[in-house]
Amino acid sequence: MSALLEHAPPPPPRSDERREIHPVPPRSDRIFVGAVRTASVSTLVVMGLIGLFLLLRAMPALKVAKWHFLTEHQWLPEVNKFGVASLLWGTILIALIALAVAVPVAFGAALFISEYAPRSLKKLLITLTDLMAAVPAVVYAMWGFFWLQGHLLEVSKFLSDTFGPVLPFLRVDNPDTLSSYSSSAFIAGVAVSAVVLPTITSVMREVFSQAPVSEREGAIALGATKWGMIRTVVLPFGRGGIIGGIMLGLGRALGETIVVFLIISPMFDFTTHPLQSGTNSIAPHIALRSTESSGTALSGLLACGLVLFLFTLLINTAAGFVISRSRSGAATEI
Amino acid sequence: MTDTLTTPLPPLPTSAGTPATLSARNVGAWFGDHQVLEGVDLEMKAGQVTALIGPSGCGKSTFLRILNRMHELVPGASLSGEVLIDGDDIYAPTMPPIESRRRIGMVFQKANPFPTMSIHDNVLSGLKLAGKGFGKGRAAEAGDLVEHSLRSAGLWDEVRNRLGAPGGSLSGGQQQRLCIARALAVSPDVLLMDEPCSALDPTSTRRVEETIAAIAHEVTVVIVTHNMQQAQRVSDRCAFFLAAENQPGHIVEQGSTADIFENPRDERTSDYVNGRFG
Ligand SMILES: Nc1ncnc2c1ncn2[C@@H]1O[C@H](COP(=O)(O)OP(=O)(O)OP(=O)(O)O)[C@@H](O)[C@H]1O
Ligand SMILES: [Mg+2]
Repeated sequence: MSALLEHAPPPPPRSDERREIHPVPPRSDRIFVGAVRTASVSTLVVMGLIGLFLLLRAMPALKVAKWHFLTEHQWLPEVNKFGVASLLWGTILIALIALAVAVPVAFGAALFISEYAPRSLKKLLITLTDLMAAVPAVVYAMWGFFWLQGHLLEVSKFLSDTFGPVLPFLRVDNPDTLSSYSSSAFIAGVAVSAVVLPTITSVMREVFSQAPVSEREGAIALGATKWGMIRTVVLPFGRGGIIGGIMLGLGRALGETIVVFLIISPMFDFTTHPLQSGTNSIAPHIALRSTESSGTALSGLLACGLVLFLFTLLINTAAGFVISRSRSGAATEI
Repeated sequence: MTDTLTTPLPPLPTSAGTPATLSARNVGAWFGDHQVLEGVDLEMKAGQVTALIGPSGCGKSTFLRILNRMHELVPGASLSGEVLIDGDDIYAPTMPPIESRRRIGMVFQKANPFPTMSIHDNVLSGLKLAGKGFGKGRAAEAGDLVEHSLRSAGLWDEVRNRLGAPGGSLSGGQQQRLCIARALAVSPDVLLMDEPCSALDPTSTRRVEETIAAIAHEVTVVIVTHNMQQAQRVSDRCAFFLAAENQPGHIVEQGSTADIFENPRDERTSDYVNGRFG
């Protein structure tokens, strides 16, 4: 590099010309940049390789099923009639139910921890959420299966009885027997919400607590209530983090395996009644079938994996686009 | 450029504030166990400009923040004594802090507009936060108030054509004047200013000083400044703060600005105002 600089001294710039600036970074910087660049490129490469591997192994099944793989809801590889449609739909449905439960709770918890909790309680709560995030999913799975399910049956029945007459999708067959409500997408969704709750909470809390003190004080000095300050400063500042947290939670919920696996009873129809027993999801389906499958059937499972992989990739990319830098006062209507 | 302040201002759409007398009685302040102020007695008379001067770290900002209940926001901060606004203790249990802060506005040393909120909305943010915003039907009134406040702060001519631009797109000095406009828009009875000109160029500084002169009859101004000329130019009364080693900040001398600068009774005051302070 230094040799380059020695010969060929650049001609003195004409004063009215825009100069091109080529800073020569010091050696330590170049090494560091090289290292981080390698790291980031290798993540991309690994991602690409995973995608490629899935695609190659999925090809045999995709050749058999063609585009029907995306529209077929049955899973009968013996008669070459299999597809990801009902699985993907179930996956999305369970994830959405999980988010519907987790997001409001996480939002409230994050606001409470960052804005309202006294200092001592704050530390405790932060440790607790971190701890919750570290609990293995199988623990939530057992909790969901052995405890939550039993308690949610009555809730399901209540929801169905109360809102079923107006919202037909909440109705179930045999509404009077509690077992009609077990192993449902709703129960799986609520159990998954416990898995994603700590993740979403800590992402949101982190961005809320980064809202600048000077802007907070500006609002408070104008006579804002705490809530007014939060709406003017904290929420607009944290908007990106709110969306980011939700997307992160969605990503986890889509891929959640063991919790859903233990709770649902697999069914290859489109789940139109989330309170009704029986639904399905991609990840648990792969887990359930992979040991007993071979040939086209196994290849079909890898194709399911590919669909899930691409779908989560899409969600995360979309999140990246949505999360634009936002600051206090953005789009607030106080 | 025409001088905006010589042209008469349109009448205020909302009732202008009535200047209030603020008196601090035997005020002390702590951060944790560290006492930074002790026995501060100061009367900031209605409709006058009081300047607080003193070396760095002697507790001027702390004192100013005590005057509108911002001090208590710092974790571990505590205080003693009382602060009376027209005779009512702002720390009385019956006095909600929000109420005090609405009557006693504040401009900070570092400009802190809401960066992505428009200039127009920034000016009105105080009213909206107080739940007194103009509804959709009163846009004209809102516009008048925005213009009046921005004129008072000497910013109108620079931003009149881009009121929809975000507050963060202004230069540092413009942002500071936007904060002044924002504080004036709620027509406070008292306006506290903590080194409002420390980041401003001479022209903006002059504007702000003119603003202070122009509003002094309708709002009591308390200003912290390190600029002795500025203190002399803008203030009616002056208080000199000092903290010695192992001794919390206190007022060494207070009185009319003329006395403080021309006839100081205390040697330390005369050293400080004449720039001979170690
Ligand atoms: N948040 C805080 N926590 C702990 N101590 C603080 C805090 N803020 C200020 N202090 C201390 O209180 C004392 C007074 O600080 P203050 O900011 O009031 O000084 P000041 O007179 O405004 O100084 P300056 O002219 O530099 O702004 C200082 O000794 C400072 O270290
Ligand atoms: Mg200060």
